[in-house]
Amino acid sequence: MDFLTLIQILDSSVRLATPLLLACLAGLYSERAGIFDIGLEGKMLAAAFFCAAVASLTGSVWVGLLAGIAASLALSALHGLASITFRGNQLISGVAIILLAQGMTVLIAQDWFSQGGRTPSLAGSARFNAIDLPFAEALSGVPVLGPIYSELISGHPILVYLAIAAVPFTWWVLYRTRFGLRLRAVGEAPEAVDTAGVSVVGLRFAAVGICGILCGIAGAYLSTALQAGFVKDMTAGRGFIALAALIFAKWRPWHAMWACLLFGFLQAVALRYQNIDLGGFVIPVQVMDALPYILTVVILAGFVGKAIPPRAGGEPYVKER
Amino acid sequence: MDKMPRWADAILVPLISLILAAIISALVILGIGEDPVAAVKMMVSGALGSTYGWGYTLYYATNFMFTGLAVAVAFHARMFNIGGEGQAMLGGLGVAIACLYVPWPHWSLALIAAMISGMVFGAIWAAIPAYLQARRGSHIVITTIMFNFIASALLNYMLVNVMRPKGSMDPATRRFGDTVHLPTFQEMFSTADNVVFRGAPVNITFFIAVIACILVWLLIWRTRLGYEIRAFGHSETGALYAGISPFKIIMIAMLISGALAGLMAINNVMGEAERLVLNATEGAGFIGISVALMGRSHPVGVFLAAILFGFLYQGGAELALWTKIPRELIVVIQGLVILFTGALDNMVRMPLERIFMSFRKGAS
Repeated sequence: MDFLTLIQILDSSVRLATPLLLACLAGLYSERAGIFDIGLEGKMLAAAFFCAAVASLTGSVWVGLLAGIAASLALSALHGLASITFRGNQLISGVAIILLAQGMTVLIAQDWFSQGGRTPSLAGSARFNAIDLPFAEALSGVPVLGPIYSELISGHPILVYLAIAAVPFTWWVLYRTRFGLRLRAVGEAPEAVDTAGVSVVGLRFAAVGICGILCGIAGAYLSTALQAGFVKDMTAGRGFIALAALIFAKWRPWHAMWACLLFGFLQAVALRYQNIDLGGFVIPVQVMDALPYILTVVILAGFVGKAIPPRAGGEPYVKER
Repeated sequence: MDKMPRWADAILVPLISLILAAIISALVILGIGEDPVAAVKMMVSGALGSTYGWGYTLYYATNFMFTGLAVAVAFHARMFNIGGEGQAMLGGLGVAIACLYVPWPHWSLALIAAMISGMVFGAIWAAIPAYLQARRGSHIVITTIMFNFIASALLNYMLVNVMRPKGSMDPATRRFGDTVHLPTFQEMFSTADNVVFRGAPVNITFFIAVIACILVWLLIWRTRLGYEIRAFGHSETGALYAGISPFKIIMIAMLISGALAGLMAINNVMGEAERLVLNATEGAGFIGISVALMGRSHPVGVFLAAILFGFLYQGGAELALWTKIPRELIVVIQGLVILFTGALDNMVRMPLERIFMSFRKGAS
């Protein structure tokens, strides 16, 4: 494997890691506040569809992005209603949201566009196009650093940079602001937050709302940046890989980024090579597909450092009387 | 004191949830510009109007009974087994191995072997998450989700690299031999001048599913083990005080659950396709969740809910065939059922409890 191939694989890793990272950070806010969310997949899918659909109708990807976020937020509100207001089972609610999104996107796509559950192909301003960072062209001739800058760092859609920037921002919010402290507290000891006179319900709804916005951006990226239009079930399990990355990262923002980059890298390698030949020993492509899940199970099992979720995660909070 | 009479808890709450799900489904059909009344009529005539329709309805219902029971048994031990899909895939692998590599003289012997093999494969796939939950405290929901994906990668590998016949492009095994063909309802109930269930895939495994319902009922409500499972599900600390080992209960409940999900493969792999294909399960593992929730984890409820979902599945296929409504409508309905009977249960329950409490106050 030569240097340029490596750069290309890393470049495609970044592209594939971006939706994972956005969804993973979405899950991080929600789960840190004590609301398990296995419905990330469903929210991304709904956002992917509405973003592509509205972008194709209006011709503006930014309007599409807003529509995608709105769709994702609507599902978040449903999740909040079920798991916070009515203290239902958060996991069951997540499953319901995934199914609703899988069904409704195809139903509405068929009704609006009659193209077998897809949206028309997007082009021009209806997509997030790659942006070149300054001097990318001029510096591409510099050995080693030139290709890294012009191929790997430059030339991605704006949402990629947004996703990367969201990592330090999330770290700052969680660990350096009052809101973040309370958010983490509500996931560990909601009764303490309640005693301090801060609304548990309000904080949790805020967390679920942030989760909805980030999932919306992740879905929008899928259908208008990574690909040019919506196709049925286009999330293809990315919501679950993001969930896996979140556990892999033990619910911490910087680690989440590295986990997502790793899983993105695995996807990029699986895309490029069907089978990997390691001197007579062949790794089939299915192993690369399954690796994120296997790694997560190993981490969950605590064989490589134990992953301990927020203590109050998954538990509805009942105020004491 | 109970807040509600038992009949209200067992029948009224699910019924209201179901009606809410039906109303929203009707609104969805209206929203895409179709007529809900006509749609329901077409579903009923397509799924229940002929023995052919019934043949498909019962075929799907057989699948859902197995996966519904699988989820239900785990629910009794307060384990949420979301991995029925993966366990059923592995069950398919077990059934295919039993059917392909042994020259069976008669289908009955093959069926017994396939049942055992499917159950063992399904149980093994549930055993690893169960062990990790019981011993290492890894959340069973997350591990079973991960195992669904690992199962699908494993099945993909087996079909593409190992079990595919030479020269075939299709990732599937060869067709099973004629001697392992299971009797269908058409062969069992047709007479010379009256052919019923013509071409429908429903087969003898339907009766095995019914027997499984009865056995699960006996297990949960009539045996010591079932009592221990329910006790553990109600209160882990209580069960611990009573000397019930959590490790044992988690393992046994999940093994039974996985075995039931794996057993589904005798219907879809051995009974219908007669070969193992990719995506043989077609989401039946997830429908098991809706079926168990709607059936309140009771075998009678699971039986009825499985028939309802079989009807929805076959009716939905008819709709997709004759109208512009895509098959995905069924996925929406399924999501709504899970939402209302599972996640939003309290939305129906809380006001009902209040009504019953006020009645009781008025009476006394």
